Amino acid sequence: MTSVPLQHDESLPADWRDLLALTKPRVMSLVVFTGLCGLLAAPGPVHPVLGFTAVLCIALGAGAAGALNQWYEADLDAKMKRTANRPLPAGRMSRQTALHFGVGLAVFSVILMDLAANHLAAAVLAVSILFYVLVYTVWLKRRTAQNIVIGGAAGAFPPLIGWAAVTGDVTTLPILLFAIIFLWTPPHFWALSLFVRTDYANAGVPMLPVVAGIGSTRRQILLYTLPMIAAAIAPWALGLTGWIYGAASVALNAVFFTLAFAVAANKATEAKAMGPEKKLFAFSILYLFALFAALVVDRWVIA
Amino acid sequence: MTPQPEDEIIRKRQRERAKVTAILLGLFVVLMFAITIAKMTINQ
Repeated sequence: MTSVPLQHDESLPADWRDLLALTKPRVMSLVVFTGLCGLLAAPGPVHPVLGFTAVLCIALGAGAAGALNQWYEADLDAKMKRTANRPLPAGRMSRQTALHFGVGLAVFSVILMDLAANHLAAAVLAVSILFYVLVYTVWLKRRTAQNIVIGGAAGAFPPLIGWAAVTGDVTTLPILLFAIIFLWTPPHFWALSLFVRTDYANAGVPMLPVVAGIGSTRRQILLYTLPMIAAAIAPWALGLTGWIYGAASVALNAVFFTLAFAVAANKATEAKAMGPEKKLFAFSILYLFALFAALVVDRWVIA
Repeated sequence: MTPQPEDEIIRKRQRERAKVTAILLGLFVVLMFAITIAKMTINQ
């Protein structure tokens, strides 16, 4: 599966807007936000210029990973409605351009992070890019229905990087922040994959609803929600945060659990009747934004 | 002789990319300067 349906005219240079689209700017917003929250929640002062540069490097690293993901998956993207209009499957850019852009951006982001922050933050950033590209995109995505479970770790690194950029170390709280995003990823993506499963099936991606069926995926969503709730409440339960985070966490997790339960109870098989799945997917994004915002408010107010 | 439409598109994209590259390089220079000053401030 390496052919791209629409061939690119090699003489035509790629439009800079397509290079920007290659970085998946919408996905990047969540990555930047969680990275920024990790940075702001870390104890100790950070120079505004160095803090800004660290967040910029997290964004550039995420953009590089997104570009390399699209370089490798051009054939898959061409088969799915949701992704068919991306620059590579639409034939607006050569694969070589995407590869050079992705590798260049990745190297640049890691070097800049090393210059502005420290070796640990740069190393974790490099690991996160390599994990997303090699472990998730190349190794797991086309081979196992557990692709999202393990691959979710790639998206969980930003708060760890933000924290490490300030303190130069990694303690219990940033590890818990990593765990929250890691355990949040399966219910989030499986909710989406339930109502776009035909797309995944057509493209031959072994997402859980395609391989194990709709009912099993719904049960797995509810099951994965439980450890996610435990991880999300743990920072407060362990005394690492104050009551602001605790109250927000309990409320947000109660809503998440209710929506996950509604998904587990839903029997519909048509995408049109998958209201609970769509609600859970939409809320899961708000959940992560609100949880991390509450963490920062808590750390700043209590401190 | 008028240029071919495709040549026009190529020139337009090259011009646009050159402008974006110039802006990004300018911002990079400013950022490196700011990082240097910040590091010097911290070390004092």
